Amino acid sequence: MSTESILRVEGLSMYFPVYQGVMRKQVGEIKAVDDVSFSITKGETLGLVGESGCGKSTTGRAILKLYEPTAGRIELEGRDITELEGDELRAIRTDMQMIFQDPQACLNPRMTVGSIIAEPLDEHTRLKRRQKRERVRELLDAVGMNPDFENRYPHEFSGGQRQRIGIARALALEPKFIVCDEPIAALDVSIQAQVVNLLEDLQNKHNLTYLFISHDLSMVRHIADRIAVMYLGRLVELAPRQQLYSMPRHPYTKALLSAVPEPDPAREALRERIILKGDVPSPANPPSGCNFSTRCPIAEDKCRRETPAWREMDDGRFVACHMVQ
Amino acid sequence: MLNYTIRRLLFAIPTLLVISFIIFAILDLAPSDPTGNLPLTIPPEVREKIRLSLGLGEPFPIRYLKWLQQFFINEPLNLIEQWFGVSIGDSENRLRVQSWATRSPVVDLIVERMPQTLWVVGMSYVVGILIAIPIGVISAYKQYSVFDQVGTFISMVGFSVPTFFTGLVMIVIFSSTLGWLPSIYDTTHKVTDLASFWFQVKQMIMPVMVLALFNASQLSRFMRASMLDNLSQDYVRTARAKGLKERAVLLIHVLRNSLIPVVTVIALGIPQIFGGAIITEQIFRVNGLGQLLIIGIQGADIPLVQTLTFIFAVLIVLFNLVADIVYGILDPRIRYE
Repeated sequence: MSTESILRVEGLSMYFPVYQGVMRKQVGEIKAVDDVSFSITKGETLGLVGESGCGKSTTGRAILKLYEPTAGRIELEGRDITELEGDELRAIRTDMQMIFQDPQACLNPRMTVGSIIAEPLDEHTRLKRRQKRERVRELLDAVGMNPDFENRYPHEFSGGQRQRIGIARALALEPKFIVCDEPIAALDVSIQAQVVNLLEDLQNKHNLTYLFISHDLSMVRHIADRIAVMYLGRLVELAPRQQLYSMPRHPYTKALLSAVPEPDPAREALRERIILKGDVPSPANPPSGCNFSTRCPIAEDKCRRETPAWREMDDGRFVACHMVQ
Repeated sequence: MLNYTIRRLLFAIPTLLVISFIIFAILDLAPSDPTGNLPLTIPPEVREKIRLSLGLGEPFPIRYLKWLQQFFINEPLNLIEQWFGVSIGDSENRLRVQSWATRSPVVDLIVERMPQTLWVVGMSYVVGILIAIPIGVISAYKQYSVFDQVGTFISMVGFSVPTFFTGLVMIVIFSSTLGWLPSIYDTTHKVTDLASFWFQVKQMIMPVMVLALFNASQLSRFMRASMLDNLSQDYVRTARAKGLKERAVLLIHVLRNSLIPVVTVIALGIPQIFGGAIITEQIFRVNGLGQLLIIGIQGADIPLVQTLTFIFAVLIVLFNLVADIVYGILDPRIRYE
């Protein structure tokens, strides 16, 4: 694995304005993503985990410029893409793609599978009709589907098959970097494994880089090389997989990982669960200081006053916590 | 799809028979008198004779069956004879559905009135659609913008202010005050050259626009709602992620999908064109079907009212089927077996 980074994200923030009242005045903003920084090296899979509503998907979409980020900088292969717009932005879509969460909804119901997959080719390549058709069939074959399905409509397929169509669509332009936005969340367990294995095969074959967004900690453990943990719009910890699972450092990561059940009943009985008190605060009104300070079992006064910096530790992992040395 | 259509058409037959019976019964129960408009000097026994000569002396079931025979057998035979120039059986003495007021066959009256209605009301429908779709698309795409707010306001006005009011206001402004447009639609006017064509355009503008505003305000709301529905769908985000141009996202993905319910609404509205816009036709003196119907009702011309109303019923049943079929063609998720 080369250490050349393909994607660098620095201080990425995505705030959504909140309007209220008769005149729809802006009364505040939801800090869906707040000052997030990380980088992904070529060919690796970075897992992004966190509970629902913590801003994982928003991060993925903001990186792909499906949203206009409020602040921060996104570099794809050394090129700053934060300010790109219009045709330039469309041009870099060939390098970065996304696999969406809900395979039921993310495919246009009135387009055939063939035209869904071929549409990016129409837009970005000058292939002839026959070549395009060849490519579509090739892609369907690559994701393990019958190429003759190209004339069918999305509703004729099961969830797993539709997710494969979504993957084929994302691969059509041979992107280098793919954001997988909970690609398995809507699938049942037996299909999840198939789709994850497919994603791994494709990664090996095409040297793809993934940002794998998920809330399924065991699945992320299986597929990711490094894992970033997110809480209320901020990254709290980023570490290589082994280190994170064997020795989590941030109190939130500890609590999160303690929620993963053990397959062995004997060990499951001994598992110590850290149960956090209270609810996740609203991202429209996050607590002062550390976002986690309201629920943190080891929080001190400092945590409630100062926002912890995103620090690189001696062992190369990143943590945002005052209490971690 | 063919089987489905045939089955639906077969099911339509009993429906329409029941409808025709209900219309006939209601008209018969209504306390209207075909001799009511005649001068008071006519003595009662003469009135009674007139009633008998109109066939009112026979019992209700017989009259209904006679109408059925005239409408479903005699009229179609007559049409075939006219189209192909042949005569089938005793065509001289075959009884057609006769209007009591004018003593001429109802179907001929309808054929006479049809062009005016189709031109004016049909044109207003087309104009309404052409106005409504872009407005709906833009106001959904730029939701809560100034354009959307103004559009919403105008459609609320257009929808809530009745046509007899907008029609009169327009006549006051454009005919009485400014004198630009004629207030009465001249049916006898024939388009022969550019000047007469211009006159035809001028006399059509007001009735067409009055109705178009009404249609457009309703349709643009449908269009906007349907666009908003689709704009927030995940597949739109997928289309953007594909790197499509914004216009392609909007027109190919969102608009096409949003048009499906709108097309259904449009198809369901077509029978209303044939029904004519009774009030608007009355205001602008367009002697179309709507006006024919209102005259028929006023004069208790029961065969005319019965036949016209029944034809509207047929059209409604038919276009319901058309709407269903169009929906099935446009939306691949719907299959009719």
